[in-house]
Amino acid sequence: MSTPFYVSPQQAMADRAEYARKGIARGRSVVVLQYTDGVVFVAENPSRALHKVSEIYDRIAFAAVGKYNEFENLRIGGVRYADLRGYTYDREDVTARGLANVYAQTLGSIFSSAAEKPYEVELIVAEVGNAPEDDQIYRLPHDGSIVDEHGSVAVGGNADQISSYLDQRHRDGMTLAEALRLAVDSLSRDTNGGERTLTAEHLEVATLDRTRPQQRKFKRILGRQLSRLLDEHGGSGAEKPEAGAEGDAGESSGAGDAAGKGAKGKGANGKAADGGTGAKDDSGPGAADGSEAESGSED
Amino acid sequence: MDFLGGQAPELLPGKRPLPPVQGAIEAPHGTTIVAVSFPGGVVLAGDRRATMGNVIAQRDIEKVFPADEYSAVGIAGTAGLAVEMVKLFQLELEHFEKVEGAQLSLEGKANRLSTMIRSNLGMAMQGLAVVPLFAGYDIDREKGRIFSYDVTGGRSEEHGFAATGSGSVFARSALKKLFREDFTEHQAATAVVQGLYDAADDDSATGGPDMARRIYPIVTVITEEGFKKLTEAEVSEIARAVHERRLEQPDGPRAALL
Repeated sequence: MSTPFYVSPQQAMADRAEYARKGIARGRSVVVLQYTDGVVFVAENPSRALHKVSEIYDRIAFAAVGKYNEFENLRIGGVRYADLRGYTYDREDVTARGLANVYAQTLGSIFSSAAEKPYEVELIVAEVGNAPEDDQIYRLPHDGSIVDEHGSVAVGGNADQISSYLDQRHRDGMTLAEALRLAVDSLSRDTNGGERTLTAEHLEVATLDRTRPQQRKFKRILGRQLSRLLDEHGGSGAEKPEAGAEGDAGESSGAGDAAGKGAKGKGANGKAADGGTGAKDDSGPGAADGSEAESGSED
Repeated sequence: MDFLGGQAPELLPGKRPLPPVQGAIEAPHGTTIVAVSFPGGVVLAGDRRATMGNVIAQRDIEKVFPADEYSAVGIAGTAGLAVEMVKLFQLELEHFEKVEGAQLSLEGKANRLSTMIRSNLGMAMQGLAVVPLFAGYDIDREKGRIFSYDVTGGRSEEHGFAATGSGSVFARSALKKLFREDFTEHQAATAVVQGLYDAADDDSATGGPDMARRIYPIVTVITEEGFKKLTEAEVSEIARAVHERRLEQPDGPRAALL
């Protein structure tokens, strides 16, 4: 006959947090940055069909890392919540704060319920406002806490290192191309300090663009447009690529955009990525330490 | 809609208990909607009048709405119910697009609308019918298509042109004489305005272009580039041109006898 072992609640929670963190750390990262016209989401994701970044509602988008089936489940739940809210009341009454609260409740109860395994996901919910001050970004770790973020945020495998890199370099009023460049630079840094080259095919990029005339501000940046944006900033740092970028944002919209466009302009991109990242290299493993308050507090 | 039915069924139009009625219910009714297809797209337009019995309930009601990026729906019948139906229809298309990551086919959208009209049959039997006209650009077939409905949700695809609402008989006859296969976008827009003019001419419930108040029909165009509503300036130019010609020829353009 076996004797049941006593496991202290602290130990049980620590084990669960450890389990979830390890699951999340296996995947690639997603970064979210504010820029002058909105919020840009950049994910390292070779798949064209399985998205890490998606639209939730008019001004709200969702990014996630971790197990696909788990965050897809949460995404659909979020879309349902938002659509039902918007239909019952008004489109304006759907807010990122409300959605983040729902996610926090869900994640929190799954995390502390002994019957279920904790979700190995970390989410970002962002809403674009009429001005940069009104933008909201919420980060939701696996345990159901909410962190209100500003400027830049990273989640996923290498999050600590990436977010400290972003914190040092992100500033208000960046153009889309600048923000995108910074995001790609941060993602292309490896844990061991080395660098990889990320081209348009490895990236999933989407924006919440407050200048879009349509009600739905979410837009994926695909194929040629993405390559061009990456190129624009590869050369000189002082370029102001706004006019070109905006013109395009208005044209091709909706989910109907062909997924196959991604293949173009590979060579040019590779070059751009190399040139852009060569100069900066400091925040190695040391920078990861004090940056994330949450990583210490959750167990 | 299925989700809404499971989660909050009281919000669905068809699930409400019907009120006991004595005689017809007085509620604003929308009147005439017309659509004309042309190579490369389709034009959907509606007049601006809502009537309640013999009273004009509203002069500037809008009865044509975008359903999503590539389709639009124009409504004739009880305005309140129709607007709600369109709202739910828009929601469903958007919801599907977000959850599945792809748009419904045009045929799929038309079928969905058919089910929604059928769910309103009880109300329709009491005089609160909603009969829309659905038009959209079919991306797979690369052409504009028009679907008309009856009160029971019966759906039929129309080729060339279609009309619904109280002035539809007159509008359809006018379009029958005016329609050409090779219309440009501007010619198609002019044809729908002509059709609405004729409907207003013979049907008291349909409003013609109101020059004094600057109230003109709503004209929308759906092409490969998506849904577009013509601006007031564009429609007023067409409506004025039609009106000018009618001052000389009140019955409109003449068709050849043989």
